[in-house]
Amino acid sequence: MAREALLAALTDGWADPARLYAAGRRAQQLSDAARAAFAEALGVRVDEVSFWPSGTAAAQAAVLGALAGRARQGDTLVHSAIEHSAVLHAAARGKAVEVGVDRLGRLDLDAWDAAVSAPGVAVASLISASHEVGTVQPVAAAAAYCDEAGVPLFVDAAQSVGRVDVPPGWSLLSASAHKWGGPPGVGVLVVRKGVRWISPYPQDDLYRPGTPGSADLPAVVAAAASLRAVRQEAATEAVRLSALVERIRARVAATVPDVEVVGDPEQRLPHLVTFSCLYVDGEALLHALDRAGFAVSSGSSCTASTLRPSHVLEAMGVLSHGNVRVSLHSGTTEADVERFLAVLPGLVGDIRREAGM
Amino acid sequence: MIELDCRGQKCPLPVIKLAQTITKSEVGDVVRVLADDPAAANDIPAWCRMKHQEFVGSPEPHTFDVRRLS
Repeated sequence: MAREALLAALTDGWADPARLYAAGRRAQQLSDAARAAFAEALGVRVDEVSFWPSGTAAAQAAVLGALAGRARQGDTLVHSAIEHSAVLHAAARGKAVEVGVDRLGRLDLDAWDAAVSAPGVAVASLISASHEVGTVQPVAAAAAYCDEAGVPLFVDAAQSVGRVDVPPGWSLLSASAHKWGGPPGVGVLVVRKGVRWISPYPQDDLYRPGTPGSADLPAVVAAAASLRAVRQEAATEAVRLSALVERIRARVAATVPDVEVVGDPEQRLPHLVTFSCLYVDGEALLHALDRAGFAVSSGSSCTASTLRPSHVLEAMGVLSHGNVRVSLHSGTTEADVERFLAVLPGLVGDIRREAGM
Repeated sequence: MIELDCRGQKCPLPVIKLAQTITKSEVGDVVRVLADDPAAANDIPAWCRMKHQEFVGSPEPHTFDVRRLS
């Protein structure tokens, strides 16, 4: 679907939508239609939607732009300990207060209430659901505390948009097209009316939230088409994938000794499951699974680009080595999951034997 | 107290060494693990929780005390 839309949009979407010649007007129509599709999917006004070169760029623009817009009220960003590193990198620019999570990865709402009510808070940031362990965050409750304190809430919804609806009450929201199966290179930012946002970049005279320069319009059109398609299937896909995740959670715990299946077993994303295997080198397990035909991720330090373990697993206080994150998608079948569950215990056992355990 | 020097070793090695060593100690003994891998501060307490042993604490940086309970 995204591919068809991308090919169709390449014909009309190459022109600059800001120009008045015919090709430019066609491009403007495509841009408007894409914006309207996003507005409808997210339940917001058309002029609240802007396009960015990635989900990371959109999330960072949300944080930095909202901080700049609230500079007179405060300079502190309150954020959960399990935000995406994109948000943490933006947070590192200035003053930030981190709010912890419990062992299941759920936001500590009492600490959140206290943090957002403190003087000098400019903005609060909460991921809609953990991208590493799948735990869905109490966005509605967190938003209510922000509302009481008069602090705008930014929700990084990259994991949720296209799969599950995000509760209302937020002031800014970002999403990423390739997370819902759209093309890479498209981020979406929503800034609600009445929320003061000042671009962290040099700005043009139009003064509307948006990326500097032109968006990749064909990719934006494809992203809108794929979001529409994904949302039509979202409810049935969520039921199907959630049952497969449930099966993985139960079977891994039953067939792999010394394993910790992490994240909230109920308040979770439908497609994501994470577990850590004691005494196992995460990188060795990833390579073994790769050879068996499975592309999975890990939050273990030995596999990440940094030497630190995942900040999300650390914040939860769960085992960080031997960590495997399985993300299911529309192409994942029940047979794939069964084959994964059949080979996993043997692979873990081999690695442990080699390590002398 | 048994001291286990795992400095310079990457996780999961310090945890593997701890698991292998603690079985040689008596119930009630404390094993001190010296480990400078950043994951150790997280994974040694997590191991204690999973294997029902007591994490006594970290008296100084890169130092972790574990008491054998069973």
